[in-house]
Amino acid sequence: MQHYSGFGLIKHSLSHHENWQRAWRNPTPKKKYDVIVIGGGGHGLATAYYLAKEFGVTNVAVIEKGYLGGGNTARNTTIVRSNYLWDEAAHLYEHAMKLWEGLSQDLNYNVMFSQRGVLNLGHTLQDMRDIQRRVNANRLNGIDGEVLDAKQVQELVPHMDCSANTRYPVLGASWQPRAGVARHDAVAWGYARGADAHGVDLIQQTAVTDLIIEDGACVGVKTDRYGEIRADRVGSVVAGNSSVIAAMGGFELPLESHPLQALVSEPIKPILDTVVMSNHVHGYVSQSDKGDLVIGAGIDGYNGYGQRGSFPTIEHTLQAIVELFPIFSRVRMNRQWGGVVDTCPDACPILSETPVKNLFFNCGWGTGGFKATPGSGHVFAASLAKGEMHPLAKPFSMFRFHNGALVDEHGAAGVAH
Amino acid sequence: MLHIYCPHCCEYREEEEFHVKGQAHLARPLDPEACSDKEWGEYLYFRKNPRGLHHELWVHAAGCRKFFNVTRDTVSYEIKEVYLIGEKPSVVAASVSAK
Ligand SMILES: Cc1cc2nc3c(=O)[nH]c(=O)nc-3n(C[C@H](O)[C@H](O)[C@H](O)COP(=O)(O)OP(=O)(O)OC[C@H]3O[C@@H](n4cnc5c(N)ncnc54)[C@H](O)[C@@H]3O)c2cc1C
Ligand SMILES: [Zn+2]
Repeated sequence: MQHYSGFGLIKHSLSHHENWQRAWRNPTPKKKYDVIVIGGGGHGLATAYYLAKEFGVTNVAVIEKGYLGGGNTARNTTIVRSNYLWDEAAHLYEHAMKLWEGLSQDLNYNVMFSQRGVLNLGHTLQDMRDIQRRVNANRLNGIDGEVLDAKQVQELVPHMDCSANTRYPVLGASWQPRAGVARHDAVAWGYARGADAHGVDLIQQTAVTDLIIEDGACVGVKTDRYGEIRADRVGSVVAGNSSVIAAMGGFELPLESHPLQALVSEPIKPILDTVVMSNHVHGYVSQSDKGDLVIGAGIDGYNGYGQRGSFPTIEHTLQAIVELFPIFSRVRMNRQWGGVVDTCPDACPILSETPVKNLFFNCGWGTGGFKATPGSGHVFAASLAKGEMHPLAKPFSMFRFHNGALVDEHGAAGVAH
Repeated sequence: MLHIYCPHCCEYREEEEFHVKGQAHLARPLDPEACSDKEWGEYLYFRKNPRGLHHELWVHAAGCRKFFNVTRDTVSYEIKEVYLIGEKPSVVAASVSAK
């Protein structure tokens, strides 16, 4: 793998940047792998990367039906934070946060991780009590967090309307300074390049159409382009399409796939240097390095695999944003899109063994899995390498919906992010 | 924006007047106490979530507030039929869908 550096940039400028090595190969799959990962989004690619780099399993293929990162990874609004309420979730997301903090160096790829802080606003007395409770829980888990009052919020975000004149006045917020945003495509590409360099085969434009199951164990997959490809273990990391793969294995998951939309404005001058989220008026906004306002909110209520939703949903989102930032009312929106998110009843992911032996699922991240990409990939890789779930993943078994040990994160995950 | 025909109001109305309530035809176990944890958990949480034809329950929340069923394609979002509670859908996925 060609090492990226400032010096390399200068060197390649001498040949007009025409001689860069391709970031990854485009191989024809082998007949058999140790591990097949279905889905080349951020989580699948991170899984493959850590399998090869940390756990010594290099005979790995990632099978992606479209292009790498073209699913939710490239459609999300890139908020990264770890201020979840319950220990199980807090440990998992904080594991990811620690990996984020060294990720660009580890991958030798600039993922533009920017720890600009995230505010979760409170607009009611109950919001503020929940915020106090969550921040206290975070701090007990060693996760940074502060409770701010309206005046402190106003100092951080001078353009937001923190006056008492609004319909839902800002009473305060939780503030996680280490939280922030990252460049989503770069995360997928950085992991892809790293995985490829460690020998992982990235198979694009190839859909898994069925699972090969012999004696109750998964022994490979069928694909539309290369027929059967065998493997000792198969990990499904397909987000919104997880129920489709589960149906191939003959079981159901506690998931529903919903459209989740987002939109960006025309680029404007720097006006917002942190991330503002509000569960109560239901919207969130940050500003990208290019200058666009990046805006999102909640899912469309109906199930949908169409990667688009209904207009009223984004209309409500913008109402919330304009309520918070009247100054944005005449900014024009440039692009709008949707992804398919796999929502789980307790707003926590599924990292799990399944009723089929040697078949593992990583899904259910719903509206907020981008932030977990490195941690999710790391613990899932450990689980696939060993054939047994990593301790951080154990609480997120799909069978918690049988025994009732749910991890209810609806409070911390209230607005889609 | 979906335009949904309410079979009670006998009119097409805009999506915003309705709420979707998830998979249709979920029967509550007659004797919950007799269920195993697995059976009860599956009733509460596990769902079909098909990519394609789906039968779902809707309520005309800002209208007559009555419930009804819809068969809808979850990829094109096209509504194939609307039918009353207690009725069976007439548009169903090819029977191979189980595997
Ligand atoms: C609008 C929007 C905003 C969001 N905002 C945030 C946010 O601010 N912060 C945050 O943390 N999270 C956010 N999320 C959630 C986040 O995007 C996801 O949780 C995360 O990206 C999931 O990553 P993944 O790799 O699991 O899935 P994906 O990136 O969706 O990858 C799954 C891949 O599997 C492939 N696939 C599917 N079926 C098959 C098949 N049969 N064969 C082969 N390949 C298949 C797909 O093509 C896809 O590339 C947002 C999501 C959306 C849609
Ligand atoms: Zn009606």
